Amino acid sequence: MTELRRQRTDLSNEPVVPLQTDAASGPEEVLPDTTTPGARSLGSDAWRELRGRPMFWISLALILLFLVMAIFPELFTSKDPAYADLSKAREKPSADAWFGRDTQGYDVYARTIYGARASISVGILATILSMVLGVVIGIVSGYRGGWMDSVLGRIGEIFLAIPLLLGGILFLYTFPNGPETPFMIGVTKVAFVIGIFAWPTISRLMRSSVLQVKPNDYVQAARALGASPMRIIGSHIVPNSLASVIVVSTINLGVFIAVEATLSFLGVGLVPPVISWGTQISEASGIGLIRVAPHILLFPSFFLSLTVLSFIMLGDVVRDALDPRLR
Amino acid sequence: MGKYIVRRLLQMIPVILGTTFLIYTMVFAIPGNPVEGRCGERPCPPNYVAAFNAEYNLDKPLLVQYALYLGKLLQGDLGMNFYGNSVAHELAIRWPTTIKLAVMAIIIEIVIGISAGVLAGIRRGKFSDTLVTVSTLVLISIPVFVIGNLAQLIFGVRLGWFPVTATHGTFYELILPAFVLASLSVAYVARLMRANLVENLRADYVRTARAKGLSNARTVGVHTLRNSLIPVITYIGIDLGALMGGAIVTERIFNINGVGNFLYRSINQKDGVAVVGTITMLVLVFLFANLIVDILYGVLDPRISND
Repeated sequence: MTELRRQRTDLSNEPVVPLQTDAASGPEEVLPDTTTPGARSLGSDAWRELRGRPMFWISLALILLFLVMAIFPELFTSKDPAYADLSKAREKPSADAWFGRDTQGYDVYARTIYGARASISVGILATILSMVLGVVIGIVSGYRGGWMDSVLGRIGEIFLAIPLLLGGILFLYTFPNGPETPFMIGVTKVAFVIGIFAWPTISRLMRSSVLQVKPNDYVQAARALGASPMRIIGSHIVPNSLASVIVVSTINLGVFIAVEATLSFLGVGLVPPVISWGTQISEASGIGLIRVAPHILLFPSFFLSLTVLSFIMLGDVVRDALDPRLR
Repeated sequence: MGKYIVRRLLQMIPVILGTTFLIYTMVFAIPGNPVEGRCGERPCPPNYVAAFNAEYNLDKPLLVQYALYLGKLLQGDLGMNFYGNSVAHELAIRWPTTIKLAVMAIIIEIVIGISAGVLAGIRRGKFSDTLVTVSTLVLISIPVFVIGNLAQLIFGVRLGWFPVTATHGTFYELILPAFVLASLSVAYVARLMRANLVENLRADYVRTARAKGLSNARTVGVHTLRNSLIPVITYIGIDLGALMGGAIVTERIFNINGVGNFLYRSINQKDGVAVVGTITMLVLVFLFANLIVDILYGVLDPRISND
């Protein structure tokens, strides 16, 4: 509100050059250049750029593969991941068990395939949570401003001051997952704590883009025409600032999967019998085991890293395509 | 400048109060939680619970509890852990190792990260640029505990170049863990450095410097590099948070007797007092490191502190 008022006085003070004052107060990059006839919008421009990038297609294909793996693990293996043959413990990779067997005699390949579900569910849930919280809080603080902005900003700072991993440890220490915790509850808990400690990054991003978009002419015009705040936010502010949020969230998805695995590795995230890459790696590490049976460690590690890589790569490529300055 | 420092210090106070309160409530506000695990695998006898509650003021209202806790914290009293040792003392004997590890990691980060970023930035689009961009992307994607396990397997067990564990925390033992700890941040620093350099090389003042006939080395080395370094330095401050998380993992893998490993063991023993104390200390260190970086930032870039 104060900003708006300031701008109005600006306009009345210098009625001769109102357009210039406006142009100086709002940054130009966020505005897709649709004024010249025949010009492509930022979106279609980015899409043309993306289509030619092999990295984009590779990461997309990998993500699709892992998603199918998470939803229909039976397509990739007919083995039961919960079936252990203790007499074959720590067997090297063979035609029978492609990735070998672990200390309990579980089939490492089957467990790696089935592990995708937990890791990807946590990643997606945490991303959705942090995105919803971040977008809503960011819009409210950017649009409303004033004391609301200050209060939300301080709260965000508090959550940001606790590093993600430490926050996760603390929360899961208090509400631990046990062997009897149902799969979905365990997954939701881990996703919840990641989302709770990760939203301030998104809300800051959202807030700054709201502040960039708000003073623009077309937003003021919509306001003058009597559009409700909800309508202005929904049809003008959100579409303009969502691109960067989606890019950051895609990268975050990869990071969150890594955080889940790290928490599980430390023994506080998901715990057996839930099958996840983190628990698998946790069970496979330790100096004695690495020496005799490195395959138990290597295969889930590879899958985990590849999943994280594909999300980060996708976010990276899309960001490059959306940022004209990098071309 | 003085005003800026005072303002930053004042801004820190609500954040410190908020974070310590959050950490405290998460563990101590849940009934029965703090004593859980103190008596092994069975529930604690009621008189023990009562004594514990009285000692840690858990029988009082939450805000009073927290205020008393804060008072103790200011006196450096973090309570007693599972074994009846002072948590503050346990941390004090472990800090030097962790700090040594962190400083080594930061030096690796700065030296390798910045040089890789500069190399990629000034040779944009060339082979070295692609190499740095792709390898940092891969490095970012591999979680620290995977890198740690792999490094231990390859350089410790198979090649035997470094000790497999670093129980004593000597410089030589800590080289491999420091590289593992720094790996993620090296990649981020290199990417940030590259992006800043690329952006600054297009700035008008660089064109002016070139136009007035300065050598390439001077344009890049003096004009652009300094400006591009500022965000990188800020990042290294923020990154201390990630470094602490990484230290828990790294210290566990290499069995280093530091703060991270202490936290890990406290978690497994369900030692609530030790967990709260350690995390509070880590977060405070993180906040103060950020404060120092912010002040440094103001010194490096006068535009920040003059607003």
